[in-house]
Amino acid sequence: MTILNDPVNAKLGDRAQLSYIASQAADARLNVELETEGMTLNIGPQHPATHGTLRIIARLDGEQVLWAEPSCGYMHRGYEKLTEVRSFPQVTSLINRIDWLGSFANEVPFILAAEKLMGVEAPPRAQWIRTILFELSRIANVSLFLGDLGVQLGAITPVFMAFRDREYVLNLIESATGGRFHPNFDRIGGLKDDLPAGWIDETKVVMKKLRNFCDEIESLLFGNEIFQSRTRGIGVIPRDVAMQYGLSGANLRASGVDWDLRRDQESPMAWNKVDFKVWTHPDGDSFARCWVRLQETREATKIVDQLLDGIPAGPVMAKVPKIIKVPEGEAWVSTENPLGEMGYYVVSRGDSGPFRVKIRSASFNNISITPWLLRGVYVPDIITILASLYFILGDIDR
Amino acid sequence: MHSLLAVEIPYWGQSVLRVLGGLVAVLLPAGTIVYVFLFKMMSFMQSRLGPMEAGPYGSMQLFAEVGKWLQKEDIQPDNADKRIFRMAPIIVLMSTFLLVAVVPFGPDAWFTNFETGVFYALAVSSISVLGILMAGWSSANKYSLLGGLRAAGQLIAYELPMVLAVMGVVIQAGTMNLQQIVVAQNAGSIFGTDIVGNPYVLTQFVGFVVFMIAVQAELTQAPFDMPIAESELVSGYMTEYSGFRFLIFFIGEFATAGVFAMIASTLFLGGWGVPFSWFGWTTMDSVANWMNVAGPLIVFTKMMVLTFLIMWIRFSYPRFREDQLQRFAWKVLIPVSLANIMVTAVLKVAF
Repeated sequence: MTILNDPVNAKLGDRAQLSYIASQAADARLNVELETEGMTLNIGPQHPATHGTLRIIARLDGEQVLWAEPSCGYMHRGYEKLTEVRSFPQVTSLINRIDWLGSFANEVPFILAAEKLMGVEAPPRAQWIRTILFELSRIANVSLFLGDLGVQLGAITPVFMAFRDREYVLNLIESATGGRFHPNFDRIGGLKDDLPAGWIDETKVVMKKLRNFCDEIESLLFGNEIFQSRTRGIGVIPRDVAMQYGLSGANLRASGVDWDLRRDQESPMAWNKVDFKVWTHPDGDSFARCWVRLQETREATKIVDQLLDGIPAGPVMAKVPKIIKVPEGEAWVSTENPLGEMGYYVVSRGDSGPFRVKIRSASFNNISITPWLLRGVYVPDIITILASLYFILGDIDR
Repeated sequence: MHSLLAVEIPYWGQSVLRVLGGLVAVLLPAGTIVYVFLFKMMSFMQSRLGPMEAGPYGSMQLFAEVGKWLQKEDIQPDNADKRIFRMAPIIVLMSTFLLVAVVPFGPDAWFTNFETGVFYALAVSSISVLGILMAGWSSANKYSLLGGLRAAGQLIAYELPMVLAVMGVVIQAGTMNLQQIVVAQNAGSIFGTDIVGNPYVLTQFVGFVVFMIAVQAELTQAPFDMPIAESELVSGYMTEYSGFRFLIFFIGEFATAGVFAMIASTLFLGGWGVPFSWFGWTTMDSVANWMNVAGPLIVFTKMMVLTFLIMWIRFSYPRFREDQLQRFAWKVLIPVSLANIMVTAVLKVAF
């Protein structure tokens, strides 16, 4: 509570929260007079709100959080080290499991980095199909978030609708790649296979269904007064604080920063061929984060529709040698994954496998703001804020 | 009940009948509510089928669940206050049985006929708070403690609007006897029209809405389920319970929903009666004897309608925060119900 003692020299972002804490100072004074005891509450490692095994250590005064600290690493699987003893094609089956809800999107930046080192470029058809599958995994990921949001806030019905409609997308991914959750479909220089017959028409039907799902969730959840009162003004991240903590993805855009790697960086992928809007929200609160994700799901269905219309003919695999040896060098490639910016720094010493891989996953940075964000909130708001920050445990611990 | 169906029954026979009747009146609605609403209606709202394997359309699922719970180990935490921990679920269920004792099911089919039935019902309904607080405190678990304290704060806050909402009914009927309130509704008339009698859901609509919201909070159903809050407090005061004791909490939750719906139907929907003008009855004494058989069915039907409302809201809405709930109770519900009492009193004097 240092900023309470020294409000003048408080950091810029702290001042926004200062008013929130000051508004509850009456409570605190009462507690001092009554000499109430604090309580340390361990939320997790096993807790329904932590999507896995995250542990939040929260010091409570009544139901108010004095300070909170996330403690991660309970599900660390050592992927960065494991990649060093595997060949380049084998690595994709590992990194599939980082963000397990949007698996295909994890493979893409690594394969792009390897292609950059080898100097090969996948044929245009492969790039388009990659982009389509990338956006499909984004839809599969974020649509589950929209349903799960309801469960975190106590509404049990939306999650079943999310599971119902996500199933269509997973079926599409399965029919194209053979894997529902872990496609392992991306190859250096292209893709494993071409699309099956009839897949394009089927996808267009499903995209229509997903847009209906977004409308349904918007009217069921986002229009609800209780939902709004639980999320509006809760967990406000100002623009500069979001940038200081290195947030990315929808969490950053919800704070009003117009930054999307799909649009803002040169990439061999097909995003620059389509027309889409990057949604931002000026508020930076929990509602804004949820709303931006809802709009992104809508936008992703439109991107897929446009890509399906213009998909070029040709091979899906470039000429690459049977035994892949990546020349010496270093490469950094990042993409706008469902959870935020995900990147791989790949160092090769000319072997068949990488010498060193550094994985930059979005959720690790996104939850780093929780100690700042959780000060002074109530216990139910911890759940709202964690749900709206939207992390996947595999993406934090890797 | 002294002369049920024109047969004189000795005192011990009456007692046995009352106990059996009480069990039926609590457990039958509870089982029906769990199957019809929790298993089936909720599933259909969520585009799934629900239990389908045990019995036709899964209708025996509840028995399977009860069998499962009875087999489970009865776990008690080491640091728990064992005696209080064991007592808590029974106290919660006890308040349900005490509550059903005043619900009238027919002209002669009642368990007790207090002159101050409304007062008694509101008093014993708060006993469940004690059980919940005991469960939360004795579990030696921080989540349970938070849940128990939330429950206590919430249930106390919602007693008041509930009492004030019922005041309107009491003023209009001029009695606190539930039997008399039923007669007053069915024998009454609205501006001389007695085709539907005078169910207070029409004339006391504000009171009805406030009462149902308070019931929702009293039952800790969503959107007021913060004491349970499975996504943040991991079922709150029920966290440490398993097996038979959890089963008692579970039955208590749905049995109380049914009994509160019965009380609400008695206060606002005309209880066991049909409008007396349909059959030419005028007072309690002229009501035909067959109403003792039809009455429970009518109460049951009205209870199912009201429970449907409760469950519909439960399955659709997200959860309030505890402070928002308190603000809602003190700043909206209590002023509204006070205004309702004032208007009712003025109109009562005026007419």
